[in-house]
Amino acid sequence: MESILADVAIVGAGGAGLRAAIALAQADPALRIALVSKVYPMRSHTCAAEGGAAGVIKPDDSLEQHFDDTVGGGDWLSDQDAVDYFIREAPKELLQLEHWGCPWSRAADGSVAVRPFGGMKKQRTWFAADKSGFHILHTLFQTSLQFPSIERFDEYYATELLVADGRCAGLVAIEMRSGQMRRFDARAVIIAGGGAGRMFPFTTNGAIKTGDGMALAYRAGVALKDMEFVQYHPTGLPSTGTLLTEACRGEGGVLLNRNGRRFLQDYGMGPETPLGRPVLKTMELGPRDRVSQAFWHEQKKGNAVSTRWGDAMLLDMRHLGEKTINERLPLVRDMSISYMGVDPVTDPVPVRPVVHYMMGGIDTDISAATSLPGLYAAGECACVSINGANRLGSNSLTELLVFGRRAALSALEYMGNNKPAPAPASLAEDARGRIRELMQRTGGTETVAGLRKEMLRTMEEHAGIYRSGDGLGAACAKLGELRRRYRRLELHDKTNVYNTDLLQALELGSMLDCAEAVVQSAAARKESRGAHQRLDFPQRDDRSFLRHSLASYDAGGAPRIGYRDVVITRSQPGVRDYSGAHA
Amino acid sequence: MTQLEVLRYNPETDQEPRFQRYEVPFRDDWVVLDALNHVKEALDPTLSYRWSCHMAVCGSCGMMVNGEPKLACKAFLRDYPGVIRVEPLRHFPIERDLVTVIDDFVAKLARVKPWLMPKEPAPAAGEYQQTPAQLKRYKQFSMCINCMLCYAACPEYGLIPEYLGPAAIALGHRWNRDSRDGGREARQQELAAKEGVWDCTFVGACSEVCPEHVDPAAAIQQVKIESTVDWYQAHLMPWLKK
Repeated sequence: MESILADVAIVGAGGAGLRAAIALAQADPALRIALVSKVYPMRSHTCAAEGGAAGVIKPDDSLEQHFDDTVGGGDWLSDQDAVDYFIREAPKELLQLEHWGCPWSRAADGSVAVRPFGGMKKQRTWFAADKSGFHILHTLFQTSLQFPSIERFDEYYATELLVADGRCAGLVAIEMRSGQMRRFDARAVIIAGGGAGRMFPFTTNGAIKTGDGMALAYRAGVALKDMEFVQYHPTGLPSTGTLLTEACRGEGGVLLNRNGRRFLQDYGMGPETPLGRPVLKTMELGPRDRVSQAFWHEQKKGNAVSTRWGDAMLLDMRHLGEKTINERLPLVRDMSISYMGVDPVTDPVPVRPVVHYMMGGIDTDISAATSLPGLYAAGECACVSINGANRLGSNSLTELLVFGRRAALSALEYMGNNKPAPAPASLAEDARGRIRELMQRTGGTETVAGLRKEMLRTMEEHAGIYRSGDGLGAACAKLGELRRRYRRLELHDKTNVYNTDLLQALELGSMLDCAEAVVQSAAARKESRGAHQRLDFPQRDDRSFLRHSLASYDAGGAPRIGYRDVVITRSQPGVRDYSGAHA
Repeated sequence: MTQLEVLRYNPETDQEPRFQRYEVPFRDDWVVLDALNHVKEALDPTLSYRWSCHMAVCGSCGMMVNGEPKLACKAFLRDYPGVIRVEPLRHFPIERDLVTVIDDFVAKLARVKPWLMPKEPAPAAGEYQQTPAQLKRYKQFSMCINCMLCYAACPEYGLIPEYLGPAAIALGHRWNRDSRDGGREARQQELAAKEGVWDCTFVGACSEVCPEHVDPAAAIQQVKIESTVDWYQAHLMPWLKK
């Protein structure tokens, strides 16, 4: 098998992977950096992030307030030492992007502009109109092109990590163009593979977000942390799940039920604020978990609006006027017209909660290191955790910069202290054998589309905004069954060149492993916290569950669930208050 | 129901490309990508194509729809009465089915040096100042999603594969127009070369097909004008040169 020698191999070339690659290239131009991604960097899902990136920059703001918002927003499940590191690094990283030429939107005086965002007490979200993630991704990608030491392997799908003597020593990947397997011998590996929202049928996530990076680490023995915390973004288009950014509400958009009532005031986020004058951390600027949960209750009460795509609420932006909408929310207007036939300038847009982000992921510490020496992770695939039980909007774009860089620095330090120890060739040969077996298997009874459909239905039914012990029990049984049946999958396409039947089969395998970790962790967490709401355990239970869940892989059965205490430095668990009355 | 006629080509098994017909449900809210996904899921798992975001920002799903370069996620079935013919993007080698080889563009993008070459060192604390008007000077050219529709639409690129092409020129120009940047001279060797802007005959098809309303044709004309001024200054008025 052809082997590629690298110092560091990075899996995933979105925001976190590119940021890590640039940090490595700048630190030591002699390093060989292999950037391995199943898509071209500019296709990575970072491009779809709209609203912006949080970082304290304005004189009326403070690091302490960003800390408080993030920890409270996460329902006290965030590690506070990690949050401290994150908020301190955040402005430096956003300025670094500015110095690389990111087209941040500007105030009249030429300084960067900031906008309000949900759960944030100050305006601290840097933005580039409503294409912030797109501009961050392309700025990083184009900046990375000046470093000859970053060698890209575009459209290579990583199938396994190489682990020898308890250390990560590289990975094996399929070159999509040829169907050939390649071995990457690397002294350290950084996983930046993104989230796994495609486990659910209704999601803002692009087709590529199938949890591959999480599954790589999980199968290599690294735990997946806090997987039960799945974020629903309140405002997706009912037709396609396409995201309408929280900035719609940051700019002053409001949410209405079928009676035209701004119903968030009935769910502890009132009192009602004046139209067009949004109040921070109040009403429509509440956190995503609370807003999505409020919609669920409205739906139960029969207050939802009916559309041909199911129940919805209305996002009313008419009072912002055409000029503001065009300047600040051009993509939102374009997509509302294209995919819903509704112009937000003249009509309220139907929206409903949609799966958006995994708070959980690969268990890493504050230095982006995993429990496997030589393996690091950053971005949505990782769980540090700064996001706790509910991420605040605009913290994730910053997170992938801060921890993408941190993973690179940690990998550098590791390489300084450890001699290279390549994995025996037999490991890669075994990995190739497993792909070959899947390719050549005959007499299989299962298909990718069939298994995927059952997984999607199970997650939608039992792992949504509100969950119950019975439902989660059924989901655990079903996911176990699907993982067993997956071994009897047969491909229709057994050819080599750009075989998307094979690609989708591998992606499905990743999603099934992640989905099982989600439902098993959710079944074990008998409390309600942040985005994890149990109808049978409606209260937060700090005595038993102020802890991270850790799901450990078991090839033959369900994961083992363990726990680790949350790191608390100075903010004791309290009440999450999103009513402006107590501001 | 709607008929799709999709170009198929697998280099391992096919001598040459062929068309395959699929019958898919007609839904007025479906785009061509939804129809292809229906084919992949329910009719034929061997069909290969690229896609991801379904919101016209990742740039993966560029293809020819009834002979025009389109993003499959923004081409609505309702706009195409009759059989819909779907082919890989014109002017690019076919890797398989609707998947093209885009190495040429990726290499050309790097050649225009699409990164900031600072005019002045970055401020020690804080950001470069850039007014909304200065931002506006380059903003539209930074909106390129690298979807390759403009290359598929450009007759010059079809004739002269060495031509740098609309997106790469627009992106090089984007940095030239950024108030923070001082790298124009370094980019000129690519942009102002024969295979740079001078291969363009100003057909303007690139700007017409751009799904992001970037105007690469304008970028190309601006580079031509600037390059002409450069030439006069260098050859006729050398005392003006720094």
